[in-house]
Amino acid sequence: MFSYTFHWNQALKALPQMLDGALVTLQVALLSMVIGLALALALTACRLSGNRILGGFATAWVEIARNTPALFQIYMAHFGLGNFGIHLSPYTALLAGIAFNNAGYLAENFRGALKAIPDTQTRAGRSLGMTPVQAFRYIVLPQMLRIAFLPVTNQMVWAILMTSLGVTVGMNTDLAGITQELNARSFRTFEFFAIAAVIYYLIAKAVTLAARLLAARMFRY
Amino acid sequence: MIEIQNVRKSFGSLEVLKGIDLTVNKGEVLTIIGGSGSGKSTLLTCINGLEPIDAGRILVDGTEVHAKSTNLNKLRSKLGIVFQQFNAFPHLTVLENVMLAPRKVLGLSKEKAEENAVKQLTHVGLGEKLGVYPTRMSGGQQQRMAIARALAMSPEYMLFDEVTSALDPQLVGEVLDTLRMLASEGMTMICVTHEMKFAREVSDRVAFFHKGVMAEIAAPEALFGAPKDPELQKFLAATH
Repeated sequence: MFSYTFHWNQALKALPQMLDGALVTLQVALLSMVIGLALALALTACRLSGNRILGGFATAWVEIARNTPALFQIYMAHFGLGNFGIHLSPYTALLAGIAFNNAGYLAENFRGALKAIPDTQTRAGRSLGMTPVQAFRYIVLPQMLRIAFLPVTNQMVWAILMTSLGVTVGMNTDLAGITQELNARSFRTFEFFAIAAVIYYLIAKAVTLAARLLAARMFRY
Repeated sequence: MIEIQNVRKSFGSLEVLKGIDLTVNKGEVLTIIGGSGSGKSTLLTCINGLEPIDAGRILVDGTEVHAKSTNLNKLRSKLGIVFQQFNAFPHLTVLENVMLAPRKVLGLSKEKAEENAVKQLTHVGLGEKLGVYPTRMSGGQQQRMAIARALAMSPEYMLFDEVTSALDPQLVGEVLDTLRMLASEGMTMICVTHEMKFAREVSDRVAFFHKGVMAEIAAPEALFGAPKDPELQKFLAATH
């Protein structure tokens, strides 16, 4: 019944190749977070602007990003846009899909964080002669980023794991893509995916640890 | 000089200021007393333009606060205000709290702003707390920091909105002492307060507000010693 023979040696030989893939994974995740954070700040600004069109646009983005499968978002970026003659490479489509997803979740995190900061903080800044922009920039924003820091870290971990969906749009240079190709050639599914899983786990843990150290340095209050 | 002329203000259907006329001269200490909902705190937030008014006008050194052409941010650096809640900026140290507005609003250099902030903080007795984060301090200390923060803008007028009301009783004294010190230094002040003893001591004039009307205004001896308005008589009887 259980007659499978493990071939770890064969799988471990591919480790350097997989680690190269892990670097691509980390790169896509980091880029998607940088883009996602910038977009999330813009979405937050849209929602705060009081402008109906901007606010509606931002809300629609957040709703779609958070309530549809990430797989579909990446699929749409690659095949969906392809239907309209916009051809994104698997790498770009994966990056765009995850950045879209990140932006939605992060914008919602920012909204929650903003709610936690009392209006009296802005009022105090304004009463000292600050403009609304100054009060936001120097008083509200730093507090918001602190409150949102842990959720942002979670999203980073989630972004790393989401990159594995790139396989479905033909991404073959990241950890999941390389693992999938190795698997297709050898059918050593368990071994390759177990090793890849360990690498994902270690990356995720390393990111969480780095974030914790960074937080301890940045937030001393 | 702060001139308040026939100021009216409503929140929805509730009229909280029903035509207030009041002039506060340079160097004067005016305290405003009265029950909750009498409009006294609203008046302060109107004076520095945090709240719009519905009718009348408020002039600060001749500048109309609610005129469209008035640069409110500039005007506010002249009018320090301290609130019941201390509103410390929790992500900044005590020193940074006090330095922020002078740097960003007045454009002071870091050195100048720091020198000034240290001076103001020492003045209110917080010279030892410069690097501390406000959440580590008592309410009285946070409120004194808020006073130093307002003073760091070199205001010509200070507005105090029930600054001791959120404090534990044993911390009220240190904040009132700070206000007494400012009064003795000649700062022009309008204090909304529930501290009758304090009002009696430091004020040049005391105003009693009742239901959006300034029912009586007089020197403290007269107002507390021989109140004329029946509502004021009731109010004083109840607070004693």
